[in-house]
Amino acid sequence: MIGCHPARSSLRVAATGLALVLALALLQSGCASGGRQAGSPSVPVLRREDALWLERVTFGLDSATVADYRRLGREHFLDGQLHPEGKGLPPAVDAEIASLEVSHLDPTATLAAVDAEYRRIKAMPEGPDRQQARKALNAQGNKLAYQAVRRDLLRAVYSPAQLQEQMVWFWLNHFSVFQGKERVRWLVGDYEERAIRPHVFGHFKDLVMATLQHPAMLQYLDNNRNAVGRINENYARELMELHTLGVDGGYSQQDVQNLARVLTGVGVNDGNTPRLKPELLRLYRHDGAFEFNPGRHDFGAKVLLGQPVPGLGFDEVDAAVSIIVSRPACARFISRKLAMYFVADTPPPALIERMAGTFMHTDGDISAVLRTLFLSKEFAAGVGPKFKDPMRFVVSSVRFAYDGRPISNTHPIVNWLNSLGEASYGHQTPDGYSLLEVNWASSGQMSRRFEIARSIGAGNAGLFDPEDGSTAQAAGFPQLANRLYYEAVEPFLAARTKQALDQANSQQEWNTFFLSSPDFAYE
Amino acid sequence: MNEFRVNQQRRRLLKLGVAAAAVGLPGLSGRLYAAPAGGPRLLVVFLRGGYDSTNLLIPYASGFYYEARPNIAIARPDPASNTGAIALDADWALAPAVRDTIGALYAQRQAAFIPFAGTDDLSRSHFETQDSIEMGQAAGTHDFRSGFLGRLAETLAGTRTAADAIAFTDALPLAFEGATTVPNLSLKNVGKPPFDERQARILSEMYSGHRLESAVTSGLELRHEVAREIADEMSAANRNAITTKGFELEAERMGLLMRDKYRIGFIDVGGWDTHVGEGAAEGALAGNLSSLGKGLQVFSQSLGAEWNNTVVVVLSEFGRTFRENGSRGTDHGHGTVYWVLGGAINGGAILGAQQRVDRSTLFQDRDFPVLNDYRALLGGLFRSMWGLDARQTAHVFPATKPVDLKLV
Repeated sequence: MIGCHPARSSLRVAATGLALVLALALLQSGCASGGRQAGSPSVPVLRREDALWLERVTFGLDSATVADYRRLGREHFLDGQLHPEGKGLPPAVDAEIASLEVSHLDPTATLAAVDAEYRRIKAMPEGPDRQQARKALNAQGNKLAYQAVRRDLLRAVYSPAQLQEQMVWFWLNHFSVFQGKERVRWLVGDYEERAIRPHVFGHFKDLVMATLQHPAMLQYLDNNRNAVGRINENYARELMELHTLGVDGGYSQQDVQNLARVLTGVGVNDGNTPRLKPELLRLYRHDGAFEFNPGRHDFGAKVLLGQPVPGLGFDEVDAAVSIIVSRPACARFISRKLAMYFVADTPPPALIERMAGTFMHTDGDISAVLRTLFLSKEFAAGVGPKFKDPMRFVVSSVRFAYDGRPISNTHPIVNWLNSLGEASYGHQTPDGYSLLEVNWASSGQMSRRFEIARSIGAGNAGLFDPEDGSTAQAAGFPQLANRLYYEAVEPFLAARTKQALDQANSQQEWNTFFLSSPDFAYE
Repeated sequence: MNEFRVNQQRRRLLKLGVAAAAVGLPGLSGRLYAAPAGGPRLLVVFLRGGYDSTNLLIPYASGFYYEARPNIAIARPDPASNTGAIALDADWALAPAVRDTIGALYAQRQAAFIPFAGTDDLSRSHFETQDSIEMGQAAGTHDFRSGFLGRLAETLAGTRTAADAIAFTDALPLAFEGATTVPNLSLKNVGKPPFDERQARILSEMYSGHRLESAVTSGLELRHEVAREIADEMSAANRNAITTKGFELEAERMGLLMRDKYRIGFIDVGGWDTHVGEGAAEGALAGNLSSLGKGLQVFSQSLGAEWNNTVVVVLSEFGRTFRENGSRGTDHGHGTVYWVLGGAINGGAILGAQQRVDRSTLFQDRDFPVLNDYRALLGGLFRSMWGLDARQTAHVFPATKPVDLKLV
């Protein structure tokens, strides 16, 4: 039986004690007993609906998550996920993240330095030196953006706070920025860390305000250029269409123009305080690389969505965002999108309504809305399969294949996401990536997915090569037919998938077929 | 159509026929004989982001154009200058960025423009407007499982001119949604197919009876087919001194696949959302237009004689504000300019309903109105290309009265 090969192959490649322990565990439980009797007798067998629920809350199963779930039960497990304080990363991963330059960057100083360097390059005469300087600056920006993605991927794969990591992805996608625009490459790490991450379970308005005051968003959607008499309505439109109300959310072209006027002067600080008359200087705001410059603000009276916008200067922005996020359209738009990500492409309308109800009476408390979602009767009754988008597919593959064992090189994962069309910070337009199966399951995308399954399954994807390009020290053959497989997957596999697995000629092929299977494509 | 135009076209076809025969001499390339005979071909090029059509087809006779765009207007035609617009008639001129590509096609009557084109969708949202264009359904219906190219392929499926369709994109565009699975594959990078026949069979069988079955099967097959086609062609074409890259390389491969197999193709090109610093005769927009023009020229060449059976439609979700904004760019607008290219079309003309370009004729004092509904334009075009009857045309674009611009 091919499913027993991994036990032998892990003995063969056992370079670490961990692999040996895993191999022994396998011999004792899964394969030795015919692969059906999962876990030790005292632990309840994971039911299919438990496995499915757990796959939704997380980026995919691994042994530690399954063990936690069995220990805590559904509700306590969820509470732990919604309050992840103290759920730390494995020390090795933590140390790696701490060693990244992007983890110690001050965005204000960085922006000032980058701007100064651009100015210096612009003043240089055309020639090889100028080219060289430009190249070096670009390389630095790309390196920092890559590090932000690396950090993000390591957290997605290894953090026990799995729901938090999914929510970071969700909100980064909802408030999408594109690293190719202006200085965004230098800012994405800080954007995730300070604008998104602290608010993923908080109040929705705080999240909107945090993205509104981040230079990455302001540069990406051009609001840094929006000034009285020189209106740029790009951000104002997307703030309502994509971030809060939805295109059918009941606003007009007039509302877009008025919100653009409210947002005049909201921009990026270049390190200098603007020279302003004293009465305007009092209204000047500045926090890190964010600034509100009253000298660029339109102080005329405004009406938004039928309501006058009170306040003066930046207070208008706060008031305008309050008007927007307290609309029922906003509660429904956000609830629907969350349900599309976690439940189904077309979520049950009654569930959306209850989530929106929670949103309204908790003042947009995201953790309360998620609780309504994950403990809903629709979820308990089984919500049907949800196709994994590329991020979920590659992260769940690596989680399953290496089950907590830290990889060293994230370049292969970045390349897979690129080739599947879901590069982090790589969506040029502000709508973010689709949450729907139809956009990820075309013929071309399915073949590409199979190729990635083969890379992972064959164990030669380079995940254990050092990042600096030096020679690999560790082997990385994945243990896919592992204890976790026999506990949480094999009992529920479709007959056709089992038939395919039985035809595998090698462990590599077995791995490839398993990761390519419809069972693994959905969660 | 006047007699002169008809004669011109006959002469042109004749000339091209002779040229094709000369290229097809035995010993030069066996593949030319393998190409299926005739049959219309359609490539739809979607410029996502809403390209600034006003700086592609320039209303140079309008003083208001120069008033409204103090920093980004393209200078009036001037025989002495290369940066000025290229006059096409008394009202319109072409961006210099496409002088040698689309401009050359226009001079050969192989390109036409339709200004004031677009949809009745007024959201000025990229995403909603792109979706509604790709669905192409009657006002008020939004069935995300049905796109106009999907319905066109369905309509042709039972006929003499059944047409294989393909999207040259990483994801299947909404335009191709429909009853049958249309394969998609981006031709940016084409490598060796990763699975042998046995492995491909096992993978397909795993999805037997699953809703993704046809996507999985056609995806695995297409990889083999394309690898074969491109590999053959590349070894045959190595003597070609020009090495293409980027969009041109992609366009060349698209041309080969459409020459030999596919009759309906789709590609999208991004990067047109020029809110900031879009430039004028040179700059960001000009760079994009130039690369697009070169790619489409390469596409026309790689189709060989089949270029005479091919129609390319270039469209975008909307035009942009007529006035430049505060950042030397333009914001979301409404009416835009569609392009139609093809070896045997009645090109060299600016077609469709038009009106004077002035401040007073702007739509909502902001952008171009839509006088030419895209569903009517494309419906009329498809009707002539494939000889569709009223019922078939209405299946592709329901509740639309097709307009015949006599392009084919």
